[in-house]
Amino acid sequence: MSMIQGKTGEWEVVIGLEVHAQVIAESKLFSGAATAFGAEPNTQVSLVDAAMPGMLPVLNEKSIEQAVKTGLGLNAKINLTSVFERKNYFYPDLPQGYQISQYLEPIVGEGALTLDLPGGESKDVGIERLHLEQDAGKSLHDQHPSQTYIDLNRSGVTLMEIVSKPDMRSAGEVGAYLEKLRSILRYLGTCTGNMEEGSMRCDVNVSVRRPGEDLGIRTETKNVNSIRFAKLAVEYEAKRQIAQIEDGGAVVQETRLFDPDKGATRAMRGKEDAHDYRYFPDPDLLPVVLDVDWVAELKRGLPELPDAKKARFMAGFDLSAYDAGVLVAERETAAYFEAVVEGGQGRDAKQAANWITGALFAALNRAGVELDAAPLDADKLGGLLDLIRDGTISGRTAKDVFDAMWESGKDAGTIVEEKGLKQISDTGAIEAIVDKVIADNPGQAEQFKSGNEKVLGWLVGQIMKASQGKANPGMVNQLLRKKLV
Amino acid sequence: MTRLNELSLAAARDGLAKGDFSAKDLTQASIAAMEAARPLNAFITETPERALDMAQASDARRAKGESGALEGIPLAIKDLFCTQGVLTTAGSHILDGFIPPYESAVTANLWRAGAVMLGKTNMDEFAMGSANTTSYYGNVENPWRGRGDNRPLVPGGSSGGSAAAVAARVVPGATGTDTGGSIRQPASFTGLVGLKPTYGRCSRWGIVAFASSLDQAGPLTRTVRDSAIMLGAMAGYDPKDSTSVDTPVPDYEAALTGGVRGLKIGIPKEYRMDGMAEEIESLWREGIAWLEAAGATTVDISLPHTKYALPAYYIVAPAEASSNLARYDGVRYGLRVPGATLEEMYEATRGDGFGAEVKRRVMIGTYVLSAGYYDAYYNKARQVRTLILRDFTQAFEKVDAILTPTAPSAAFAIGERMDDPIAMYLNDIFTVPANLSGLPGISVPAALSGEGLPLGLQVIGRAFDEETMLRVAGVLEDAAGFDAEPAFVAGR
Repeated sequence: MSMIQGKTGEWEVVIGLEVHAQVIAESKLFSGAATAFGAEPNTQVSLVDAAMPGMLPVLNEKSIEQAVKTGLGLNAKINLTSVFERKNYFYPDLPQGYQISQYLEPIVGEGALTLDLPGGESKDVGIERLHLEQDAGKSLHDQHPSQTYIDLNRSGVTLMEIVSKPDMRSAGEVGAYLEKLRSILRYLGTCTGNMEEGSMRCDVNVSVRRPGEDLGIRTETKNVNSIRFAKLAVEYEAKRQIAQIEDGGAVVQETRLFDPDKGATRAMRGKEDAHDYRYFPDPDLLPVVLDVDWVAELKRGLPELPDAKKARFMAGFDLSAYDAGVLVAERETAAYFEAVVEGGQGRDAKQAANWITGALFAALNRAGVELDAAPLDADKLGGLLDLIRDGTISGRTAKDVFDAMWESGKDAGTIVEEKGLKQISDTGAIEAIVDKVIADNPGQAEQFKSGNEKVLGWLVGQIMKASQGKANPGMVNQLLRKKLV
Repeated sequence: MTRLNELSLAAARDGLAKGDFSAKDLTQASIAAMEAARPLNAFITETPERALDMAQASDARRAKGESGALEGIPLAIKDLFCTQGVLTTAGSHILDGFIPPYESAVTANLWRAGAVMLGKTNMDEFAMGSANTTSYYGNVENPWRGRGDNRPLVPGGSSGGSAAAVAARVVPGATGTDTGGSIRQPASFTGLVGLKPTYGRCSRWGIVAFASSLDQAGPLTRTVRDSAIMLGAMAGYDPKDSTSVDTPVPDYEAALTGGVRGLKIGIPKEYRMDGMAEEIESLWREGIAWLEAAGATTVDISLPHTKYALPAYYIVAPAEASSNLARYDGVRYGLRVPGATLEEMYEATRGDGFGAEVKRRVMIGTYVLSAGYYDAYYNKARQVRTLILRDFTQAFEKVDAILTPTAPSAAFAIGERMDDPIAMYLNDIFTVPANLSGLPGISVPAALSGEGLPLGLQVIGRAFDEETMLRVAGVLEDAAGFDAEPAFVAGR
């Protein structure tokens, strides 16, 4: 357990998260309007989203399916009856004057999520609930000196609010939680998890206490939109609260905002300004009643999730927890890895993992593209590994071939052919080069003969250079020793 | 010959079918009647040009042999129904200039059946009222007058403009909405048939919401047959309203041929209130006698939670209204009164835009939903609602329909009861239980009071059994032989 050292002793920080995840669906929670990111303002707004008089919400079944799948992916209890309620408050980007949300009876109850921590350790964090709700629109305060503009494109978009139990104890665990949750949502195809587009945001609840004591007063930092900011918010809040208490003050229960420029949180509103939301069941909607067989069918249709895949990679491919964890973090990476390993005879899983997490990830990073846009598909990388394995090219050449493949999109065999990179394994050909290098460097040859082992490497280098890197290094070594003895 | 605007809906339909007159003739008569009836202030918006266009289109359809159930019939539409391209106000200042780009599901059904829109009728603001005295567009006058008393009377509410227009023979039928009695009580006050269907029978899509779990659209007509015809055209499942029920719409007019022989009619003892006017009580007894004479059996039943219905209603309806009316904030449509800050704009807009009764109910609703009071008020009211429905469910195991008075009094003078909201709310005492339980109810004009004003009897039916309810209403109508006419008939 990680503790924070204050002036007066150790403190434990207690964190719970409320994550708002935008559901992947063609249309909004209660209207047929589209949900694409980045559309022109107010172009994805139906009469319902604009709360025109007499308009009524009609539940989008896809949203229900996505919430249930997510609940199943979090090993959570699925509530066969759930109720939409109205959360009443005034704001210009909330056209109805209320948000339709779930309150007393959410669609998903308690579940759990396993964090992958450094060193291959893991820890379970409880899920309190998951409920569905409408997103609000967006207020644009910077378009006019005295007026606010409203964009209702997001108004009514489906959000899942996923509430954790206060089970996290460090910023690192918060990061691991968000990464794991995002990974699961992406595997399930229920949320893109793109925090920069706002499709995943979180409210961070932080309190501190002396080890063993009851929970302290918590603050809630709203609308944090990256994993890094969430970690920074936790660290800042923990330090601020500890300092507050140690200086003789007390933590005030309040809502705070995270300022990314300062890396700090600041008070937004206190408990006394808290809204009375006057929740009550939305009379325009019937309770959501799920068929138990339908839920079972969804469960059968769930993809293999990261935890199960990681265990299978470790057991089946003899990978380390770390390597397996890296490969399964994204569903696409795991699929790519499996396609490489299983795409040809006798391919080495460990070698495949190394190429993917090494050269491939580096190239993706450099190019700033996602795996699905890589010019090198699993077949092509597998082809490269095959050429290494059968001795056609050396490991050193392979790196160059990889780069050429990335540039041209051609397969490994073609590049090796075109560039004449095929490894020379013909004894006669290598012998000729060896003889020439020895003849050109009599001094070094003598040094080796008189016992200087180090010089061998230099001579091998000269031979490789003379062969343009194509000579089989094993054979070069062997022949050189034979000639110099 | 009777003037065209005075024909019943069924007679107008038959005359059109026979070619005695055209839809244009009929509509022109209604337009003239609408103009003559302006002193009643029954309409907020008159749409004579649209009406003539629709009538001509109707005549053209008929010429091609394409006739709907309401082909060529002029109707007045309560201004709570959104009508595409036509100002829709809900009787409120806050919807100033609001012209919907869409048509409510119910009115769309009516136009599909061939009906012609004459105009939008006045109403209590956001349907909150029982006397049509809360409209931003002024009071509506009841076409009836008391014997030897020339004071203008209220038409009832909230569908007061619709009731006045039909009673004054401007149109044979009008739409209303009924949240706590807003169709049946004005029907009783103006000598009309007013029908509130089962909750879920008519789509609420495009009707400005008052209390979502109670609101239901229905017809105001002069005869039970007209009510049946018009309901058939209004009703139907609508996937755009999640509370609409997917059950076929029967031929309600055909249901009127059955009579009531062998039916059991429940007489709930709890509707016999202390201090109830003797003439209401005796009318009720008369109704019982009429049904018995027609071969029905009357059965004394108990609906023990009736006394909690009105208080529960005045919690549930304002609670839902307080939330439904939050969208009128000056941001997107209707009235905006500027302010220096957002909060000032909200306050100025809603302060100016809503009348006193709406403000009262928004405040009551906000209060009963607020933290610390929710369980004592809103939740308790919901529980009461469940008990009231159970009372009815148990009663309907023994009876086929229930007979009660519609309202505790006849129409009263404009200005009376204005200073006492509770006295005003008591108008709804016999009508709210059907809203709270979702059951259909109909008011049939049965007699004149001692002052010469119409009084109605109410029949409450089983859920989605409007047919039996209409049969009982038809028998009452025949037995009552109500043929009195109001002091004001348009064009006479």
